[in-house]
Amino acid sequence: MINRADQVFVLLQHWLAGFAPAVVQPLVLMLFIIVGLMTVFGNCFALTTIMERKILGRMQNRLGPNRVGPFGLLQPMADGLKMIIKEDIVPDSADKVLHFLAPLALTVPVWLAFSVLPFGRNMSALQLDAGILFFFAIGSSSELAVFMAGWSSQNKYSLVGAMRAVAQMISYEVPLVLATIPILMAASSLSLPDIVQAQSGYVLGCIPHWFVFTPWGLAGFALFMIAATAESNRCPFDLPEGESELIAGFLTEYSGFKYALFFLGEYLGLFAVTGLAVTLFLGGWHAPASWLEWIPSWCWFAVKFGALIFLFIWVRATLPRLRMDQLMNFAWKFLVPLALVNLFVALAWWLSGAWHSPAGLGLRWLLGAGLLAVPYVWLGRGLRHGESGLRQYSYAE
Amino acid sequence: MLNEITFYLTAIWTLVFAIAAMSLRQMVHCALSAAAAFAGLALIYLELNAPFVGFAQLLVYVGAIAILIVFAVLLTRGDEVGPNRSQASPSWLAGLAVALLVLGAIALPILSSPSLQKVAPPVATAPVKRIGEELMTRYVLPLETVGVLLTAAMIGAVVIALREESEKPAGQGTSLLSFNGGRTQRPATPETAAHPETEEAVTLP
Repeated sequence: MINRADQVFVLLQHWLAGFAPAVVQPLVLMLFIIVGLMTVFGNCFALTTIMERKILGRMQNRLGPNRVGPFGLLQPMADGLKMIIKEDIVPDSADKVLHFLAPLALTVPVWLAFSVLPFGRNMSALQLDAGILFFFAIGSSSELAVFMAGWSSQNKYSLVGAMRAVAQMISYEVPLVLATIPILMAASSLSLPDIVQAQSGYVLGCIPHWFVFTPWGLAGFALFMIAATAESNRCPFDLPEGESELIAGFLTEYSGFKYALFFLGEYLGLFAVTGLAVTLFLGGWHAPASWLEWIPSWCWFAVKFGALIFLFIWVRATLPRLRMDQLMNFAWKFLVPLALVNLFVALAWWLSGAWHSPAGLGLRWLLGAGLLAVPYVWLGRGLRHGESGLRQYSYAE
Repeated sequence: MLNEITFYLTAIWTLVFAIAAMSLRQMVHCALSAAAAFAGLALIYLELNAPFVGFAQLLVYVGAIAILIVFAVLLTRGDEVGPNRSQASPSWLAGLAVALLVLGAIALPILSSPSLQKVAPPVATAPVKRIGEELMTRYVLPLETVGVLLTAAMIGAVVIALREESEKPAGQGTSLLSFNGGRTQRPATPETAAHPETEEAVTLP
């Protein structure tokens, strides 16, 4: 019974495919996964937009959308309808072909990234040897799409926004990838289901063997989440589309459904990288305690996924936007060196792997924390050093 | 059958975009076509059962090299071929002759070489794990050498960029982020002058 609930989607998929003729069955199996992914994450997008506005409203002491449907829950439908019936305006001087292709080039590859994520036991669409490499390879194509959007609009705000976005995405991809390397070393695999498998079991009988519960895993998780926020252009790293300074950056000349597609692409990118964070650091679909293992694995994935999305919204409501130079300094002078130091922390943890007793574990934690704290303070001071003194602004000289 | 269809589709895709990369008039279009051709090559690698090479191709060429080309194009604006000018160089006939000569010189030995008569070995699958092990054991010295070489190149690039920054009046090198539509360059703002490292960070990868 428990097992059947756990595998309900896999069983459903095979049951439905059983009706198709044998020749096309592999295609039908694939189609089921594609339709499932698009339905779940498409609705997830709608739900996240309304939840984000509700939570932001709550945190900023206002009501948020509450007019459409009960508690404003039908707001995403109204938004979608509005986006579709809006006039699609293409600037006269725009490069028409690229202007049309850019939203597609951003949104289509993002869907591919979902194909390697394990959403539950036996629930990943593609079992690739190098799943994580595939994920990052797909993710790196979004920079070109953003550039296409900014350049083809032939608008200086768009170009500035696109350049900022590309610079930011390239810079933060480095700590994003570096933060995952200790995980790959610990799991000794590039395949995401294998990484989840490596996080099964419990330490000292009660603490789940997730990578986040190690010094390097915790530091890596923090680095990964910061870099993921920047990678998906969210506040406090949303200056490529800063509304107040760049009138939405590379999105300035987009309207109607193309704008909605960009919106969709950004949220899907956020979902994909959140799913990756769950898989890499939070044990994927594993339950947090052995007496909770009767709950289906995909439920645990959904819970962790939702919690991380809430974290992103919370951060957005809390922090102000960074400046361009702060953003770059933070990536290259703080995150990248810290991610490199983290590799050595992982090495120390691995070398002291024989200390199994609780005291030994405490000592390993102290060692890892010390190895991380010193560069953290030192690099943080270095970062602040460049900031000392008043900044002088000059507008419209 | 299915394999052949996908191969021809990706081959046509790659070739069309490679030709477009050479023949389009707008430089940015050329750069983007080149990126599409790189992606097509990655697909061909995937079809050849080499997922690692395919993903690396996508990651390095589409993710990094294409962006680098785009940045280079934007930093050297103004070299676009006008609509009246012919794209071909005046000495295209000589160029064609040289190209054909080189092609013949390469093709003749290849076609007459005995290695073409050999039967192709069965397609080997290269699991990513195996590639990683080989890179870390047998080929560790070449790997490290390449790493040192690339680091040296990167440091060299930074040094070159630094020297230009101090020779020129500060702020002149900021055309990338302060595109102002052909109007006269504004004097340097203290913001850019005080933080020249922002600019390097942009071009560093």
